[in-house]
Amino acid sequence: MQGFFQQLVNGLSLGSIYALIALGYTMVYGIIGLINFAHGDVYMVGAYVGYWVTTFTDLGWIPALIISMITCAILGVLIERIAYRPLRHATRIAALITAIGVSLLLEYTMMFFMGARVRSYPEVLENRLFEIGGVVISSQQILIVVISLVLMFLLNFIVRYTKQGKAMRAVSFDHDTAKMMGINVDRTISFTFLLGSALAGAAGVLVGIYYNSIDPLMGMMPGLKAFVAAVFGGIGSIPGAMIGGVLIGIIETMVAGYGGSLYRDAAVFGILILVLLIRPSGLLGKKKGNKV
Amino acid sequence: MSRLSLKNSSNAASPMRVVTTKNLIILGVIAATFALVWLLRQLGIVTSVHESTLALICINIILAVSLNLITGFTGQFSLGHAGFMSIGAYTTALILLRFPTVWGFLAGLVIGGILAMIAGIIIGFPTLRLKGDYLAIATLGFAEIIRVVFQNMEITGGPSGLASIPRMASWPWMIGLTILTILVINNFINSYRGRACIAIREDEVAAEAMGINSTKYKIIAFALGAFFAGIAGGLYASYFYFIAPGKFNFLTSINVLVIVVLGGLGSLSGSVIAAVILTVLTTMLRGFTGVNNIIYAILLIAMMLFRPKGLMGTIEVTDLLEKLRLFKRKEQVE
Repeated sequence: MQGFFQQLVNGLSLGSIYALIALGYTMVYGIIGLINFAHGDVYMVGAYVGYWVTTFTDLGWIPALIISMITCAILGVLIERIAYRPLRHATRIAALITAIGVSLLLEYTMMFFMGARVRSYPEVLENRLFEIGGVVISSQQILIVVISLVLMFLLNFIVRYTKQGKAMRAVSFDHDTAKMMGINVDRTISFTFLLGSALAGAAGVLVGIYYNSIDPLMGMMPGLKAFVAAVFGGIGSIPGAMIGGVLIGIIETMVAGYGGSLYRDAAVFGILILVLLIRPSGLLGKKKGNKV
Repeated sequence: MSRLSLKNSSNAASPMRVVTTKNLIILGVIAATFALVWLLRQLGIVTSVHESTLALICINIILAVSLNLITGFTGQFSLGHAGFMSIGAYTTALILLRFPTVWGFLAGLVIGGILAMIAGIIIGFPTLRLKGDYLAIATLGFAEIIRVVFQNMEITGGPSGLASIPRMASWPWMIGLTILTILVINNFINSYRGRACIAIREDEVAAEAMGINSTKYKIIAFALGAFFAGIAGGLYASYFYFIAPGKFNFLTSINVLVIVVLGGLGSLSGSVIAAVILTVLTTMLRGFTGVNNIIYAILLIAMMLFRPKGLMGTIEVTDLLEKLRLFKRKEQVE
């Protein structure tokens, strides 16, 4: 039982990171219906920005987190502007291939400048361990969960109670009608990329602090898994992405903890396929009818 | 040569219409390619480096043409081609390591293709009712699961894979199987089953209303595509001596999809042309270590931005030739 709770704690911190990345996927998919394959690589860039700030300046981890979020937000907006906007009316596959192109571009540009080797963050945050009833919780794990929660509340507030958030919801509902109501659709889409990419940047820095190793291809697998989390929670749904992310994190840690560490990736994709078969709209997704 | 063929066309209005000008020209081009490579190799101009590029082109053509059947003609967005390829590759490798003969190779290809086809049917039944991006992600998930399973099985050598597989796949095998693939898939598309697949791509609901069992035809297309992906995997295993699970990851599936989209969804000749261009391009870029992948990525984005329908769209090369009046579209019935 103790082991179970330990895995639960570990899974919760991994899951919070997946949730942060999944939010970007779900928002972008909700608004323009594109699987933004480059999103995992924005998260990778976020991790590197955090690495540069903590290594080459004596700023602490909080400025690193903020700088990384800002950089990633700019990067996300740029990617949308240059690569995705011209293809808004092209076929889905063309947009998807472009997203893959952007993903490869980010990965290999980073590899070109930084090399393929794994780098580690300096010790920016003293890691204290707490023991509660035999379950070890590190201060970093608490930090990850707390920061994720704060960011998610912030996002929820923006989407629900601000004018921009209202515009986002309107655009994701119907582009043309939103335009007729005087909403600047292009700017709203840029804003969505900005929010999603900032969250991915934060996730990158948190992963750097927690796992202490970053490399140019680190975004691939977590990116795919975060997408699985977004589908699991119901793509397009913000609370769905949060729940999906945490659940995927916990399930992955449980599978790894109970002897299936070699099959942890397979387990995540197995869940994805089960979800798609049993409830394709995900946990909190809306069902869409088949219009002719 | 074209004049000669044109002359032929007037006499060749046989009821079977196998010996049409179009087919003769295609046959001529194929024979010329084959003979040219054969000759150049005898003269020592084509070295083993070139030959491995040629082999890669053939493998990529088979992969792209078979994925085009699934994605381009039937409209089912699949990101799992590497999974089917790996099944064929491992089957051929395992059989060849035990029976290193031509018959072992042939058996490996056929059994590998059939196993890949069975996997395609097993995967297809539940997932093909999903649409668009969901299907893409589900097939991607299945391909990853197949890879993880190979990575953890003892018989397949785990993460380090299988090495020193006997090389049986020579140039005649390569081009022979490439032509066979194109022929089978081209004939399939022009059969009534193929027409049903195209109808599903155009509008699934309308196709159902016309009495087409869409699930059945989607699975047929999926199974046929998976079969040839398995064959391509077998050729790969036997030509490059060495396979590992890492070679069949999701980037491999993506590369095949890139070829198909670049050539044009629904254009077999487009897939062939794109396979040649992209394979040669990646081989040439290999010299520039470090920047090769960056250039590839930029080219990818640029091509999609400027030509989102691919090089050929849904048109075939032969249609273009017809426009140029190199030969008549249809022979007149007397």
